[in-house]
Amino acid sequence: MAHLRIVPDNTKIPFMRMRKWTFPLAAFLSVMSVILFFTVGPNYGIDFLGGTVIEIQTKEAKPDLGKLRSTLNDLGLGDVQVQTIGSDNTILIRMGQQAGGEEAQQAAIGKIRAALVDQAEFRRTEIVGPRVSGELASRGALALLATFAAIAVYVWFRFEWQFAVGSIISAANVVVMTFGFYVVTQHEFNLTSLAAILTTIGYSLNDTVVVYDRIRETLRKYKKIPLGDLIDRAINDMLGRTVITTVTTLIALFSLYLFGGEVIQAFTLAMIFGVLAAIFSSVCVAAPILIYFGLRQDQMTKKEDVEAAGKA
Amino acid sequence: MLHFTRWKMIAILTVVVVGLLAALPNLFSKETVESWPSWVPKRQMVLGLDLQGGAYLLYEVDKQDYVQKRLRSLVGDIRKAMLEEPRIGYSGLGVQGQGVQLRIRDLSQLDEVKKRLEPLRNQLATSALGGTAVNEFDLTVGNDGLVQMAYSQAGLDQRIRQIVDQSIEVIGRRIDQLGTVEPSIQRQGADRILVEAPGLDDPERLKTLVGQTAQLTFHLVDTGVSPTADTRKPGTIVLNSTDNPPVAYVLEEAPLLTGEDLTDASATFDSRTNEPVVSFRLSSAGARVFGEVTQKNVNRPFAIVLDDKVISAPVIREPILGGSGQISGNFSIQSANDLAILLRAGSLPAKLTIVEERNIGPGLGADSIRSGKIAAIIGTVAVCAFMVMTYGVLGWIANIAVIVNVILIFSIVTILGATLSLPGIAGVIITVGTAVDSNVLIYERIREEFRSGRSAIASIDAGFHKALGTILDANVTTLIAALVLFYMGSGPIRGFAVTHAIGVATTMFTAFTFTRLLVAMWVRWRRPTTISL
Repeated sequence: MAHLRIVPDNTKIPFMRMRKWTFPLAAFLSVMSVILFFTVGPNYGIDFLGGTVIEIQTKEAKPDLGKLRSTLNDLGLGDVQVQTIGSDNTILIRMGQQAGGEEAQQAAIGKIRAALVDQAEFRRTEIVGPRVSGELASRGALALLATFAAIAVYVWFRFEWQFAVGSIISAANVVVMTFGFYVVTQHEFNLTSLAAILTTIGYSLNDTVVVYDRIRETLRKYKKIPLGDLIDRAINDMLGRTVITTVTTLIALFSLYLFGGEVIQAFTLAMIFGVLAAIFSSVCVAAPILIYFGLRQDQMTKKEDVEAAGKA
Repeated sequence: MLHFTRWKMIAILTVVVVGLLAALPNLFSKETVESWPSWVPKRQMVLGLDLQGGAYLLYEVDKQDYVQKRLRSLVGDIRKAMLEEPRIGYSGLGVQGQGVQLRIRDLSQLDEVKKRLEPLRNQLATSALGGTAVNEFDLTVGNDGLVQMAYSQAGLDQRIRQIVDQSIEVIGRRIDQLGTVEPSIQRQGADRILVEAPGLDDPERLKTLVGQTAQLTFHLVDTGVSPTADTRKPGTIVLNSTDNPPVAYVLEEAPLLTGEDLTDASATFDSRTNEPVVSFRLSSAGARVFGEVTQKNVNRPFAIVLDDKVISAPVIREPILGGSGQISGNFSIQSANDLAILLRAGSLPAKLTIVEERNIGPGLGADSIRSGKIAAIIGTVAVCAFMVMTYGVLGWIANIAVIVNVILIFSIVTILGATLSLPGIAGVIITVGTAVDSNVLIYERIREEFRSGRSAIASIDAGFHKALGTILDANVTTLIAALVLFYMGSGPIRGFAVTHAIGVATTMFTAFTFTRLLVAMWVRWRRPTTISL
């Protein structure tokens, strides 16, 4: 039986010659993401901004949203946003942080509850106070930095310092671009989005290390070929694997996106983007960095000698 | 790479079978599992609140409020100490920032002042590991007669720690009396308490029971002055009632009795009006004090104050000597019942405020799980079909390995009693991705070796040998990432890191043993001479 081959054998795509275009493209996308992050900014959810989200399901199948909106805005709680999600009678109510600290949030939700308790079921209420929201953001960022540091040390130890730099920059590039994705799409950025970003970091690290491992092996095998050609050869040899793995991961993610329900949808979309960014990053950022940071072939040989001596 | 000793084979298969058995109870409802014989594993996965619904309440000790109250009572204690015979003259006694200060008139008495105030520094017991004891307050006596007692950072931290511990105990007692839900109550950081009640429908009742300080005090009412007048005597306070509109009362600040003097409380009905009331019994010491006071103050009102609000102010008609009484205050049956629970369980040592609250209705959680299941099944079928199209028989082997891998994750989560939340499911998804990747790496490598002219068996052997090095490096890197996230992160980050870390471990296990074993068995059975990948 003939099996499916998406990628033909013996491809010779000159990735490292393309780096003249792809590396600046990656840099441009990252810089744009950072600029957008600080100018436009993501659509932060209450997890990071503080505030209240209530999800209700009205008993009426097609409730009058306008009436609901005016009822809620007449409560004197500032701007209250009302929108349907999924079905006509599932409604998301959001409001910002109330002035007056933690207790004011509780009082506000009491008012909304009193106004709607007869006509709807409260499916979800989330209130995040001003103090907690700031902490969630800073602790998340700190965890991310610590992760990068630990990875850098390990990769440095197992490979060479250029590989450590490359894997971190590549993973950081994925993170930054995924942030950019959130800014451009204006999907709500909340704690679940953070989980999506963590997932793409995991995927990116796995992919980068797999590519690096192959580059290291090729470097040891052919000592006389120029570095750029070696890296091209390694990436081309791996191309079948990279594409098959990406396709399977995307199949899984797309089925989650299409059938996984409201809560998961935005989350999987970010992961789909993140997986593509991770593949792009491994080939177009992680690999060329080895050249830019002047990896020398004899570095690898030396390390090999040490390892061999250690084993003997 | 393809040779396994009998014992190794048995060991690998045992791990897989034990994993399958441990994950098995998750497929059945709780009731079904309960009815199984005792030797079958019964433990089920703990689902996070985002998946099964429930209430998540994060409380924080209101430090500012506590410090203000504590300092006010310290002012009273210092006044009492100075008034002991022989009296010590002072001026300007009051709260100043995080402490209390006063000025001693006669500088020759400073040593005596030191002696009298020393016990008020309130030595706090520290934890067994902490070593030295900590005083709640620092005492400084200046040579110019300025005396200050202020919170030290260590003292305040220790005090807050104690408050959190006491509060957890009190909350536990209150919820126990509720009987129906099984919430977890945990300390979180230095000054927070997390209450989680899975499966709870109505969080409002839980909130009233957990968050109320329930500080009950009895005070004599000073009917001589109007609450708005400036002529109030020192040592009196003005408090509002719970009525609408509120009525203001002038009360003597020092309480006659507090909630601590109560030995029992229960919700009953008033025999005359048939209204719900809370009846209480006092301890013998409390009953004596109450008897004396009521004897001396017949026809004067006294106020029953709950958390700085007057809930009722009855007039004393006759001395109350029996040590029991009742509180009426426009209660409903439930609110009378709740107050009785609160009084029985005791008051919180400080005010708690909700800093984060998440309530997920059971309907929403069930919806998430249902659509998640459908998506998972469709995704699995599609991925399996793609793998079989690409790799044929070896694709089937990969599929079995990946499915076993996912089952092993769930079984380890079950055995560890870790909580599976939505981010945790994300961790499982990434594992499926890397687990498929490890199979693809192996197969592509076998293919490469075969194309370079080796025999089929030799290619399979070399393919495993070379690919496993790559898989090891890639997985150790992600494992490090997952472990750091686990230690540094909280909440959802942790939920993700747990399943991700477990997933990396099971991926390595299946790639290094189980997949290899299945391929070895296939090789022994079919003796392939060519490889069609």
